[in-house]
Amino acid sequence: MRRIVPIGPYHPLQEEPEFFKLIVEGEKVVDLEINLGYNHRGHEFISPTLTWDQVPFLVERICGICSDSHPYAYVLAVEDCAHIQAPPRAQYIRTIIGELERIHSHYLWVGLAGHFIGYNTVWMWVWRYREPLLDIFELIMGNRNHYAINKVGGARRDIKPEDYSTIEKYLNLVEEKTKMFTNAVLDDPVIHARLEGVGILPLQDAIDYAVLGPTARGSGFAVDVRKDDPYDAYDKVDWDMIVFPEGDILAKAKVRLLECFESIKIVRQCLKEMPDGPIEARVDDITPGEGIGRHEAPRGEVFHYVRSDGSNMPVRHKVRAPSFMNIASNVVAVKGYSIADAALVLAAVDPCYCCTERTYVYNTKRKRLYNGQDLLELSRAKTEKYRRRYGK
Amino acid sequence: MASAKLWGLKKSPWVFHLAAASCNNCDIEILDVLTPRWDVERFGIVLVGSPRHADALLVTGVINRKSLPRVIEVYKQTPKPCLVIGVGTCTCDNHMFDGSYNVVGPYDKYIPVDVYIPGCPPKPEAIIMGVVKALQRL
Amino acid sequence: MKKEYSKDILEEIGKKFPDAVVKIHAPRRTYIRIPRDKVPALAEFLFKDKGCRLSIATGIDTRDGIEILYHFSLDESGTYYNIKTIIPKDDPQIKSIAPFLPAAEWIEREIHELFGVDFIGHPNLIPLLTAETWPENLYPLRRDYANEHKDLKLKKKM
Repeated sequence: MRRIVPIGPYHPLQEEPEFFKLIVEGEKVVDLEINLGYNHRGHEFISPTLTWDQVPFLVERICGICSDSHPYAYVLAVEDCAHIQAPPRAQYIRTIIGELERIHSHYLWVGLAGHFIGYNTVWMWVWRYREPLLDIFELIMGNRNHYAINKVGGARRDIKPEDYSTIEKYLNLVEEKTKMFTNAVLDDPVIHARLEGVGILPLQDAIDYAVLGPTARGSGFAVDVRKDDPYDAYDKVDWDMIVFPEGDILAKAKVRLLECFESIKIVRQCLKEMPDGPIEARVDDITPGEGIGRHEAPRGEVFHYVRSDGSNMPVRHKVRAPSFMNIASNVVAVKGYSIADAALVLAAVDPCYCCTERTYVYNTKRKRLYNGQDLLELSRAKTEKYRRRYGK
Repeated sequence: MASAKLWGLKKSPWVFHLAAASCNNCDIEILDVLTPRWDVERFGIVLVGSPRHADALLVTGVINRKSLPRVIEVYKQTPKPCLVIGVGTCTCDNHMFDGSYNVVGPYDKYIPVDVYIPGCPPKPEAIIMGVVKALQRL
Repeated sequence: MKKEYSKDILEEIGKKFPDAVVKIHAPRRTYIRIPRDKVPALAEFLFKDKGCRLSIATGIDTRDGIEILYHFSLDESGTYYNIKTIIPKDDPQIKSIAPFLPAAEWIEREIHELFGVDFIGHPNLIPLLTAETWPENLYPLRRDYANEHKDLKLKKKM
């Protein structure tokens, strides 16, 4: 007997409201319907009304967590269209900020995942150690979030040499804590039981749905813009791509945690090898034509396409965030798992959403069985069950 | 009954966080306010999971056409008296999304807002100050 | 290893699709313009035979019609092979590529609701982003979406 479980429009672990309808038979999920549009603000409608250098401030506000990724891809698109090359120092600065953003975004996911499983301590600790990263942003750019470092032709602000030692100090702290969190996740049998083998996205489905980022790399689909289509300083420093073949939530979590170490490696090398010189190139006109820019955001490839007709405003600006491809793959990943796991699977692609949920489980007589808070409790109760089993 | 709720509200406001078409930065900063660096739970401010338990609504984002009916529904479900605190520049005047075909905000066109906290996003200290100012008005 | 477009792939495309016009904008950015009826065949060639990944599709309202670009990325060489085609506005339809490429399902729904292009053969062509109350024949990203719709008040449909 099939029942429908709506999750949303406001859901824990998801910042933007999104509406998922789980169709369940007994305890197992058999199908998923996704209903979007609660966050659609019409960026592509507003972009052609702004000038080329006003657009980065608009696209920053597509998402608050990956707020550096969108302007980065946009300026790369405009530089591709007009054949502009940013000076080396600007390239290194942009790379550094892009990588620091990756670390803070992954920390955010780990914290919220912990909150959802029921480990509130993990949430508090991880978010506590996100703060040094936000302090670095404030030191360099003046704002904790929505730091606007990217501009067409270079970077807006310089990293002063006297700040290098402060950044190094914070990086050491972050590295030490990442080691602690990684060991905590990988050593805990309860977390393994909750995440291992759950929400598997097979490799062929990952290719068919064209998923990106850690969602893809956790299924063995080795796609990373920084290696495939290198830009800025990414091919000038030494780092590895992290890929795991299993496809479950644990693989995705491992990809995210180990990527933090690679990011720290990249930032350290960039600081050491930072060339001197100007941080902006002269930009006169954006010649008529089209350009594509892409950047590996924490969630995957961010894609921007611009078309110019020689004037001072874009004719068309197409934005595609990685979650657009990743969320569609939930249809495959969530089938066959229980309701208690479903919300965790939906969150494993790290969609940019926010929480306050309204969730109900109805049976066919429209009698309400569970509500949203109950689903959270279901997930936590499952964790408790495993805790007792492993004697913790 | 109203005065008992008011007393509870002043001493330990329970907040419900409502995001309608926001970029989530304000939402993250609101969650940040609960983390150990600022830790407002020691003042009794708790994030609740249902508007029916809430004393205050922390609203963020510009509203879009799809989420408008839900926003009004949530406001109706919150027992009065309740405070509505608009966090972020989007709640003040639509920020840079004004004129888009899907944006119908800001909040004060549909529900009464008590306090506006500008900033993109406002720093956690500003959010705490805004909530305190709202409570002092009661 | 220098990463750039593969001459072999472009030659193969030239042979299989003689009316394709290829433009090389940068070492890793190529644009292939073909008529709209050849789009599914070229998309299938790039996805199935060459192992490209669909990144996204873009719709643009131009004076000559509605232009649709399918952006395919060949990850080994980091190259974008962008399929470009024009659809006349008085006959806005094109065959969908979603039947063999699930990744295209959502973006074709978005182009359908924002530009009014009909994707024939799409499994589920319902609006993706706009509200339930949004009128059916109103396409916001078309250039003739006038400002008079700015204060559009829609009746609540519950």
